[in-house]
Amino acid sequence: MIEPDETRGAEAARDAVTGERAGRRRRRRGRGEQPMVPDAAFSSYYGRPVLNEPTWRALDIAGYLYLGGLAGASSLLAAGAEATGRPALGRPAKLGAAGAISLSLAALVHDLGRPARFLNMLRVFKPTSPMSVGSWLLAGYAPLTVAAAAADVAGRYRLPGSAATAAAAVLGPAVATYTAVLVADTAVPSWHEGYRELPFVFAGSGATAAAGLALVAAPVGEAGPARRMAVLGAALELGAFQVMKRRMGLAAEPFEQGRAHRLLRVAEVLTSGGAALAALSGRPRDRRSAAVAGAALLGGSAALRFAVFHAGVASARDPKYTVVPQRERLRARSADG
Amino acid sequence: MSGREDPGHLLYGPQPDVAGAAGYPDAPPRVGFFTDTSVCIGCKACEVACKEWNAVPEDGLRLTGMSYDNTGGLGADTWRHVAFIEQRKPLGGQEPGVWHENAENAEDTDVFAAAARLGTDAAPGPGTTTPPPDRAPEGTPAGQISPVAPDGRTELRWLMSSDVCKHCTHAACLDVCPTGALFRTEFGTVVVQEDVCNGCGYCVPACPYGVIDQRRDDGRAWKCTLCYDRLGAGMEPACAKACPTDSIQFGPLAELRERAAARVARLHAAGVTDARLYGESPDDGVGGDGAFFLLLDEPEVYGLPPDPVVTTRDLPGMWRHAALAAVSLAALAVGGFVRRPR
Ligand code: SF4
Ligand code: SF4
Repeated sequence: MIEPDETRGAEAARDAVTGERAGRRRRRRGRGEQPMVPDAAFSSYYGRPVLNEPTWRALDIAGYLYLGGLAGASSLLAAGAEATGRPALGRPAKLGAAGAISLSLAALVHDLGRPARFLNMLRVFKPTSPMSVGSWLLAGYAPLTVAAAAADVAGRYRLPGSAATAAAAVLGPAVATYTAVLVADTAVPSWHEGYRELPFVFAGSGATAAAGLALVAAPVGEAGPARRMAVLGAALELGAFQVMKRRMGLAAEPFEQGRAHRLLRVAEVLTSGGAALAALSGRPRDRRSAAVAGAALLGGSAALRFAVFHAGVASARDPKYTVVPQRERLRARSADG
Repeated sequence: MSGREDPGHLLYGPQPDVAGAAGYPDAPPRVGFFTDTSVCIGCKACEVACKEWNAVPEDGLRLTGMSYDNTGGLGADTWRHVAFIEQRKPLGGQEPGVWHENAENAEDTDVFAAAARLGTDAAPGPGTTTPPPDRAPEGTPAGQISPVAPDGRTELRWLMSSDVCKHCTHAACLDVCPTGALFRTEFGTVVVQEDVCNGCGYCVPACPYGVIDQRRDDGRAWKCTLCYDRLGAGMEPACAKACPTDSIQFGPLAELRERAAARVARLHAAGVTDARLYGESPDDGVGGDGAFFLLLDEPEVYGLPPDPVVTTRDLPGMWRHAALAAVSLAALAVGGFVRRPR
């Protein structure tokens, strides 16, 4: 099927000599960016993508990834706060987890082509489908976060509330990292090729987001664990991302171009800056710098998820990222004999 | 492998009994398509037959400028797609201007008379595709249409290929579908149940061939069913039925593979060294395609991935890494708390 904007790209390609053995690329927006790898000559069908690009909407699905990370890591903070007697840290963490996971479910349902059939997600349990596993995970996790938050706000049902908080903390890390499998389990080059490191990136990104929320909402005196979580999370997120890009080969290129590139820069600045500020905000017990650090961390984590989303879409759109690595794989295999 | 007892659900590698692995104890033989692009004439009868039989909606009425291809690629509303590639490469001696002496007054040209003369003229004229008997290439019976240009002329080679869902042995779309809407049929094919699909769209980026897509107005995912309804009634799929040159051949996969191997051997013997099979090997990244092809150039020239791998091959590794990352996240949080409280 041809979308109107695709047709325009194809018309430009028509002027090329028939049989020209090189990929015809779409015009690249964002001037002045150097590709990391020199353009490889490759064949394609009129420059059209090999893959069908994801139909997911950026706000829904990148938002879903982000909110899942925020919720999962917040549940850890909530349980830790409960165990160490920090009620003023526990409350925003519990509310944050419940709120974020509810919003993320709303985003998921909103993105369905048939929202009314949302419950079909629970029709079967399929270990081969990360979305099925995730749906069951959320079906268990979301009620726990809501119960934990409700018990806290009501100030009653202490024991069930604590149990729910603890149980949510057990599932939380899985909620924060399974989304990496969700996007990696596709043919999209810039998602799939990162499948080893992406869960660590998302774990770190979830930690910085949850820490950010706690820094904004909890009093400085109780936010010590959030400050340390911010620093550790930022290190994990940014470190794992560097390793990932180095291992991805050509599929790392979309992270260095266009919108994904800009978002990534924003994420790096906000996350590292936010973490540094968070570390400092503990000393003079400065409420305001803690809030600024928290906001930066929340924003940085979101920017990272959107960057990952857009890089994947860009890599699906350009046949280069599908064809060239596969060609190289074939060449290497035939060289091995 | 017995296949009958418990073939198990493999994520990767050869799977001789797909239907058995999917839980059909006494399945009929696996069926599929062998699309021999060397005889495709680009008539698009398959596209039309598919649309007619399956009531597939209109997929855009636009001129793309991509040779005669105005459908562009497979999608929710294009289940068969004929690709057209124009190349400067010798093949079959297609020569512009054949029988076009009267081109200015085209109505004077009696195409039926012209067609009747093809191959019957005692001495073929300079414009025909039939080499003179003494110049017939090695292995080609004299007087028959040869796939090799008799005089090495290289004006144009026009490749046409009817693309379709590959009905992969290890189908990523099916593996990732969370609702079970996509399922394996007793014939070994892959079909969407439209009454179950909730339009999550996961199958779309999972397919390594860019086949399945979401219909924007109705939200659900659609693709070739290999005419599941016709198979049930013992009929062949509409596209194969309509194909006038038998470029699209339908049948039991084992038989098609044999036929394809013979066809490649014949083409190679006739000097068409470009001929190659695509997707027929059970050892490839998707365990072999239920619908495979004979191509005359690299797969990517036709818009096909040269070495597709089912994404779920790496799924166990993905879960392992995610589990490790989850543990790291928990450890990181604990690390935040165990430090002496300030
Ligand atoms: S993965 Fe793609 S080609 Fe394979 S069966 Fe699914 S839709 Fe068809
Ligand atoms: S869009 Fe439909 S067929 Fe595709 S994965 Fe989702 S539920 Fe399955």
